[in-house]
Amino acid sequence: MKISISKIIIFSIVIFFLFVFWRGLKINNNYDTKSLIGNRISNFQLSKIDNSNQYISEEDLKKNTYTLINFFASWCSPCRTEHKYLLNLSNEKKQIKIIGINFKDKKNNALSFLKELGNPYDFVGEDSDGKISILFGIYGIPESILVDSDLTVIKKIVGPIDQIQYNKILKLTQ
Amino acid sequence: MKIKFFLLIVYVLTSTSTYSSEKQIKILDVYKNLRCLVCQGQSIADSNSDFAATIKLVVQDQLNEGKTEAEIYKFLTSKYGEWIIYQPTFNKNNFLLWALPYAVLIFGGFIIFLIVRKTKNNKVN
Repeated sequence: MKISISKIIIFSIVIFFLFVFWRGLKINNNYDTKSLIGNRISNFQLSKIDNSNQYISEEDLKKNTYTLINFFASWCSPCRTEHKYLLNLSNEKKQIKIIGINFKDKKNNALSFLKELGNPYDFVGEDSDGKISILFGIYGIPESILVDSDLTVIKKIVGPIDQIQYNKILKLTQ
Repeated sequence: MKIKFFLLIVYVLTSTSTYSSEKQIKILDVYKNLRCLVCQGQSIADSNSDFAATIKLVVQDQLNEGKTEAEIYKFLTSKYGEWIIYQPTFNKNNFLLWALPYAVLIFGGFIIFLIVRKTKNNKVN
């Protein structure tokens, strides 16, 4: 039986497109920034929320073995659910310093939030217009970034910290 | 003298408005090429989300600092990955995306050439 070259070519093209569509169906379309693990954070300066004119920058974070940078707000309901894990981390893991960045919030509300639920943070900075969140690649809160002393991102948690994420943080910082 | 003064005022007013409208167009172009990561199929220009509002502030700041469009895209790509830009840059990962249309065009032309030649030969025979 003679098969023409053009039929083979057309058949190959059809198979190729079917393969592309099949692969497309398998790909997760929900984008997150977890693929950016391994990048380094840099060029930021964070002012303390309590008007004390204190600042923290990348040089300060380099002194810590690990730093967990957590974006939170008093108006953010999932931030409440993750708060107990932050308190546990603060109590149990002394080699992790936790930096809280208060995102697009009213200062008084943020301070009341911490007074009510407890303050797990070694430093609470403010990001009233959200511009600092862009420096950290944040696109919704709560979001947390675990960095080492080189300021290399070793974990990104998009959404609230739960028991599974908490255990992963413990494992990574052992 | 009065005419000169009047012309000077007109020049200053028109040159300022031209500059600001050019700047607005440039800002809008950047917004249109940025994807809103928390929206369904919207650009930063189209979206009123919190995320889009913050990105707009950052883009405005960077343009005011004198940064170029390419520098702004590079900065945002380093923070959010290439997904944030609608027009992807050329690299080994998306080589096929850029090359395939040209390859298909050349291949299609070649196929048409073969068909036309075959038809002509059949007519001659």
